[in-house]
Amino acid sequence: MSGGGAAQGSSATVPVSPETDRRIDALLTRYPRRSSALLPALHLVQDEKGWISDESMAYVAGKIGVSPAFVAGVVSFYTMYHRRPVGKHHIQVCRTLSCMLRGGRDVMNRLRSRLGIEPGQVTTDGRFSLEWVECLGACDTAPCAQVNDEDVALLDPAQADALIERLRQGR
Amino acid sequence: MAYEKLLTRNIHRDNSHTIDVYLANGGYQALRRVLKEVSPERMLEEVKTSGLRGRGGAGFPAGVKWSFLPKTRDKPRYLCVNADESEPGTFKDRLLIEKDPHLVLEGIILSAYAIDCHTAFFYIRGEFHRGYRVFQKAIDEAYARGFLGRNILGSGYSLDVLTYRGAGAYICGEETALLESLEGKRGLPRLKPPFPAIVGLYGCPTIINNVETLANVPYIAERGAAWFAGIGRPKNTGPKLFCLSGHVKRPGVYEAPLGIPFMELLNEHAGGMLHPDRPLKAAVPGGSSMKVLPAPRCDVLLDFDSLAAAGTSLGSAGGMVMDSSTCMVGALLNLAEFYAHESCGQCTPCREGTGWFVKILRRLEMGEGRPEDPDLLLDVARRVEGNTICPFGEAVAWPVSSYVTEFRSEFDDHATRKACPFGAASVR
Repeated sequence: MSGGGAAQGSSATVPVSPETDRRIDALLTRYPRRSSALLPALHLVQDEKGWISDESMAYVAGKIGVSPAFVAGVVSFYTMYHRRPVGKHHIQVCRTLSCMLRGGRDVMNRLRSRLGIEPGQVTTDGRFSLEWVECLGACDTAPCAQVNDEDVALLDPAQADALIERLRQGR
Repeated sequence: MAYEKLLTRNIHRDNSHTIDVYLANGGYQALRRVLKEVSPERMLEEVKTSGLRGRGGAGFPAGVKWSFLPKTRDKPRYLCVNADESEPGTFKDRLLIEKDPHLVLEGIILSAYAIDCHTAFFYIRGEFHRGYRVFQKAIDEAYARGFLGRNILGSGYSLDVLTYRGAGAYICGEETALLESLEGKRGLPRLKPPFPAIVGLYGCPTIINNVETLANVPYIAERGAAWFAGIGRPKNTGPKLFCLSGHVKRPGVYEAPLGIPFMELLNEHAGGMLHPDRPLKAAVPGGSSMKVLPAPRCDVLLDFDSLAAAGTSLGSAGGMVMDSSTCMVGALLNLAEFYAHESCGQCTPCREGTGWFVKILRRLEMGEGRPEDPDLLLDVARRVEGNTICPFGEAVAWPVSSYVTEFRSEFDDHATRKACPFGAASVR
């Protein structure tokens, strides 16, 4: 937990790049109250690091001026903040009714067998992780999924195959 | 009678999300005229007279909500746009945000002007990555062209619009949970009263409106309240976006006047049932939190009052369609798991009740159900409904009580046969 520059006016270490640190500073005055910067700051940290560590939470707490426990409470409330590393390609498949009526389980089963992991797991090479997710608000392309921040329609297991091929080839 | 598309007028144009395309098709003309010729009071009155009701779920008249703001001006007042579209089956705001962000933005500016507010927030669900990027770009374009910022179009009126991304929490679509989230906290709904119009964001008077609600405002400003009130049905006025998903041929968002028949939406817009040999079994016209209608009762008009009379609600118009292959116990289990996952945990009846729904439905579906389970579900639903801080309690109690009541024999069957008659292929 040592090393790295100290955040301005705080003794916490800075676990993010100077660029992210600057962008978080800019957030502190973007909204009428400093506290509002918490969720966007956590998004910026996760964009860079891929997940939110204890160290990151302490750093963000110092920036906003709240306790690390308060930040932990917020992080644990929102499902998009990852408390441990996910794969380079984080695949989330919708499990809510409209997608399940259209074969969401078949798509998930194909992904599971292709990747050799269960929902909630990461492949040993760290390239893929798989997760169920609640309604993504894209029921017109059911079953739908997201890979990182990209929406994908996985209308049948063959499209799940094609997605894995595409990601394996780095496209 | 041909219906003129309004909310979806631009979405099929190339680059419909850009300000140039919006301007080329008459965009921001209403704003120009209003800032020059119309007072905020008259703009508010116009929206009130139009009868525009909120498109987020509750159907409360927008202009009436605006008029709840206190007359005193000792604190700033805020407009929060609810773009936390999360009701299962609902994907209409996403369409507006991604395809016609400037229509939404013009609506925001006109509405903020009407309530004399100078800072608006656009709270968008975290999963809408593309929508966030598109909308932020639209805001940037609007600033660059003088439609936002200080002294808009030389009118003396100033407005800033700030985007804010959620981070994955269905409950933040509830307006007071949204405010908590926007303040950088866990999204726990607040007790009402006080209502947000009096004590809202940062303790200041705040109006929260749904994306689609505000997208109507440029048309009201351009063509007038009387014209708007002529669309749809009495007290259910204006154009509406209807979502349809599940077992239909063409799932999608369809625009029509409020009050079109559900069967017309299903058969003419969405192309009918997905499989010709599997007839309609049930539909939820309003989104997963609303009461289910069995097929024989699906001959309803899609507007707030007609659906209330039919024993359900328009909700967010996130229609879900289920065919004869659907196990209603499995479908309800799927939804119960959603609500158990999304309950914020603040109120005991909701936190515990959603857990019990999952537990009981799972054992029914897995062939371990008990004969008393259907009644037990109804009993728990009665104890949740009306006993929570926010409407989440109803949002889970209504599907549970309606699925069990309308499809009672299917639930009893699961318990007595100790098996799901639909087999593993069902929605579970």
